[in-house]
Amino acid sequence: MRPLRNIAFAIAMTLLAPSLAHAHLVTTGLGPFYDGAMHLALSPEDLLGLFAAALLAGLGGPQTGRWTLAILPTAWLLGAAVGLTVPEVPSFPGLSIMTFVALGLLVALDVKLPAAGVALIAGLFGLVHGLFNGVALAAANAGMINVLGIVTAVFVLLLLISAAVVSLRPAWTRIAVRVAGSWIVAVGMLMFGWLYRGAV
Amino acid sequence: MAHVESGEAGGFVSGVRHPISGLDHVLAMVAVGLWGAQLGSPAVWLLPIAFPMMMAFGGMLGLMGVPVPGVEIGIAASGVVLGAMVLGEVKLPLAASIIMVGVFAIFHGHAHGTELSEGQNAMLYSLGFVISTGLLHAAGIGIGTVHRWKTGQLFLRGTGAVVMVGGLIFLWGALS
Repeated sequence: MRPLRNIAFAIAMTLLAPSLAHAHLVTTGLGPFYDGAMHLALSPEDLLGLFAAALLAGLGGPQTGRWTLAILPTAWLLGAAVGLTVPEVPSFPGLSIMTFVALGLLVALDVKLPAAGVALIAGLFGLVHGLFNGVALAAANAGMINVLGIVTAVFVLLLLISAAVVSLRPAWTRIAVRVAGSWIVAVGMLMFGWLYRGAV
Repeated sequence: MAHVESGEAGGFVSGVRHPISGLDHVLAMVAVGLWGAQLGSPAVWLLPIAFPMMMAFGGMLGLMGVPVPGVEIGIAASGVVLGAMVLGEVKLPLAASIIMVGVFAIFHGHAHGTELSEGQNAMLYSLGFVISTGLLHAAGIGIGTVHRWKTGQLFLRGTGAVVMVGGLIFLWGALS
């Protein structure tokens, strides 16, 4: 049992290890709103989690999709607004990875949750990632307009993906969505390894 | 002063290319899809879910420095055994099929999931690696759709034989 305990300890330490938030704002030349939207497009860990949340919302049906569409972008906005006001704080990449792994797992297992439950989980994800976004943006002297760009992009992507999943009818397409969820979990597990290795 | 930003996209491309760069890896992953197609639902979608997840688990162990003994032998053996399953159109209980595929996936992940070039994005590499693996399963399932025809069933068993022979060659190499 000792090796198992060692692995569990290593994973726990990796997840809890803080690192400094890194901003990577790209100047699009179209202003801070679009710079913010581009920031999301260049943040794969945000995108992957958002993709998983959208799949989960879509699998739950139209009602779950509507709840999630209302809660997730709002939570992201709130988290980012708080992050903008907080002085430099360490981010926790392990926590960020854990959020999209959890969402991916729920998709892969096709866990039946009430609409409010899915929205709450997606909202927590949005709050965490919004907070990290806000802290990173503040470090890059970016402001609320950038956040609005990010949140608008989040809303549009969430709407398009969850609506596409809701509209799926053949049984195999629902299975394909679950397979995508399992791939997200697989990426997350590899990321835990990379995090331990110090490559994240 | 031009400087091409190649690191991020390069990570994804490296990840996509890695699983298809080794024939031992390709044979086993296509065989998972072929076997799934022979077994039918729900194995046809459960096996391609189990393989990438367990492969990623193996990759995680590799990245954490946890040794897995006999990795190369395990990879070669996966080709032999999975090829034999397809050749014999063997119908194991679902749980046994998943466990078998999952164990082999750990060897593949441990050997192949840990090679990231300097400066490349780990997340995009992992994403490319998992997508590429999944698409190889999908290719196997796609080929496996011929199972509905009598000649297609024979063709599939033939591909199983090819996978098995390939696995035996790799096994010979791993043992010698």
